[in-house]
Amino acid sequence: MGFILRRLGFYLIAFWASITLNFMLPRLMPGDPVTRMLSRSQQRLDPQQIESLQRLLGVEGGPWWQEYFGYLGRVLTGDFGVSISRFPTPVSDVIAAQLPWTLLLGGVSLVIAVIIGNLLGILAAWRRGGILDSVTPPLLVFIGSFPYFWLAMGALYVFGVTLGWSPLRHAFSVGMTPSWDLAFIADVASHVLLPALSIVLVSIGGWMLGMRNTMITTNAEDYILMAEAKGLRPRRIMFNYAARNALLPSVTNIGMSLGFIVGGALLTEVVFAYPGVGYQLLAAVQGLDYPLMQGLFLTITAAVLLANLLVDLVYVRLDPRVRVS
Amino acid sequence: MKPVLDIEELTVEYVSDERSVRGADRVSFHIAPGEILGLAGESGSGKSTVAHSIMRLLKDPARITHGVIRFDGEDVLSMSADELRSWRWREVAMVFQSAMNSLNPVMRIGDQLADVFTTHEGLGKREALRRAAELLELVRIPADRVNSYPHQLSGGQRQRVVIAMASALRPRLLILDEPTTALDVVVQQEILAQIQELQAELGFAVLFITHDMSLMLEMSDRIGVMYAGRLVELAPAEALRRRPLHPYTQALMGAFPPISGPRVKLTGLSEGVRFTEIGDLEDTGGGHFVAPTGSSHLEREVLR
Repeated sequence: MGFILRRLGFYLIAFWASITLNFMLPRLMPGDPVTRMLSRSQQRLDPQQIESLQRLLGVEGGPWWQEYFGYLGRVLTGDFGVSISRFPTPVSDVIAAQLPWTLLLGGVSLVIAVIIGNLLGILAAWRRGGILDSVTPPLLVFIGSFPYFWLAMGALYVFGVTLGWSPLRHAFSVGMTPSWDLAFIADVASHVLLPALSIVLVSIGGWMLGMRNTMITTNAEDYILMAEAKGLRPRRIMFNYAARNALLPSVTNIGMSLGFIVGGALLTEVVFAYPGVGYQLLAAVQGLDYPLMQGLFLTITAAVLLANLLVDLVYVRLDPRVRVS
Repeated sequence: MKPVLDIEELTVEYVSDERSVRGADRVSFHIAPGEILGLAGESGSGKSTVAHSIMRLLKDPARITHGVIRFDGEDVLSMSADELRSWRWREVAMVFQSAMNSLNPVMRIGDQLADVFTTHEGLGKREALRRAAELLELVRIPADRVNSYPHQLSGGQRQRVVIAMASALRPRLLILDEPTTALDVVVQQEILAQIQELQAELGFAVLFITHDMSLMLEMSDRIGVMYAGRLVELAPAEALRRRPLHPYTQALMGAFPPISGPRVKLTGLSEGVRFTEIGDLEDTGGGHFVAPTGSSHLEREVLR
């Protein structure tokens, strides 16, 4: 319990530090973001908007600590200001509209890649030198080293355009209204499948190789020999003794990837015209939409920290040795 | 009495592309029920290779190329995978060298003990755990330790857990592969006393492997000495202590100080001397077998 509280404290401090950095960055940059935006938009902003911008970016004047605490308070209440490129939508609304799709796409592809990749790795290491072990890793690495956008476009062309098995764009069919009924869920699933699989295809090799290598090290441990001498069934030795231990390094990687999901999959979103944070971030950068950028950065930071906290919690459950230290 | 384990001409080769090395070379011996047979020899002499062969735990590139291993008349080398699995631990159990690493670090020791019962006796989880707690008490570890993880136990306790695990199914043969190597001397004694106590109670035969001759003389009924994969001498412990016949055994006996008696100069193991072409064991009477030592020149070298 003390361990968890200590970790929690650490992440809170890290989060505070990232908010502070977010506050400082615009100030450290040469010039004033508001002026740059004004010059870009050629006076098309109305005074109220300028004021909101200034307030958001802390150029409203007054002592720095006043600005700082004002900013802190706004961020903590989820008020990131108003987006410039999508005026007058609040930044939090823009993010809230994109985030579910990013989580869906990233989540689905991560879960599939992790499960299948690790399973393949376990099996390959268990029958080391077998067919699975000698054919799959080189093949997956070969596929994984293609430029991703080329693979994605190829997949879209073959399965979407030529075979017609998959929709060509968007997260759901035009004309449907989001709801929780079965038809809509099925429609969303059919849209997410191909983009997700394209990500799985390039990422699965890494998971498999990582798992295979740790498994091979684990298989040489004495407790595996002991388990074998005990006459346990191979399946039990493979999963409860070998894989259970080999999984530990993988958990850290899963956590990291989980956090970075929120950053979005830019290329996937572009190729499949799928909504998501990645494309939004690109648009924000191109449109000098500082409030949106800051909001997105903060969301990504929060997600990475949250994922790390999650990993810590899971790790404590998985590895009893962590609990004491 | 019919031997519980009978090994004939066991030959194990470590095969590689360029050359293969014989880890064990035509090794023959038997163990009677309830007997403690010690297997001595320096590192790499093939002790562990023999032990692993008995349970068929050898991994590539090791291969049993010749010989017969009979357990209670049954041919171990021709058992199918399923037969082997149910035979292991039920009839022959083993305690490995590294007390620290024999237990799965992420499983409670109760579950690891219970594994034996659920696999071999088809017990339910609850009943298996109850038996696990009993086993722990047998080796004087509090029963509530079933919920502990291996890292929460000391090295000696861990080895006790392994010993408890090994006696779970009351096997007829227990192989101890340097069971006390990683432990300090005091704990060593405790562990050995534990084993002797269990042996007196359960009556299993023991194959005891170590390079610690004094420990071995103390524990064993009979002792076999291995050198370069060959068995060079096999004799009752008392006979070996009084009159070792093979020069290598003599060197081995000269390499540790006697606790009592007059001071003697310690001699190192046969540095620079290699025995080659070691012949089969010859009976010298009284159950004392020794490999013929080809040249008297070698013998002198070692004894000097």
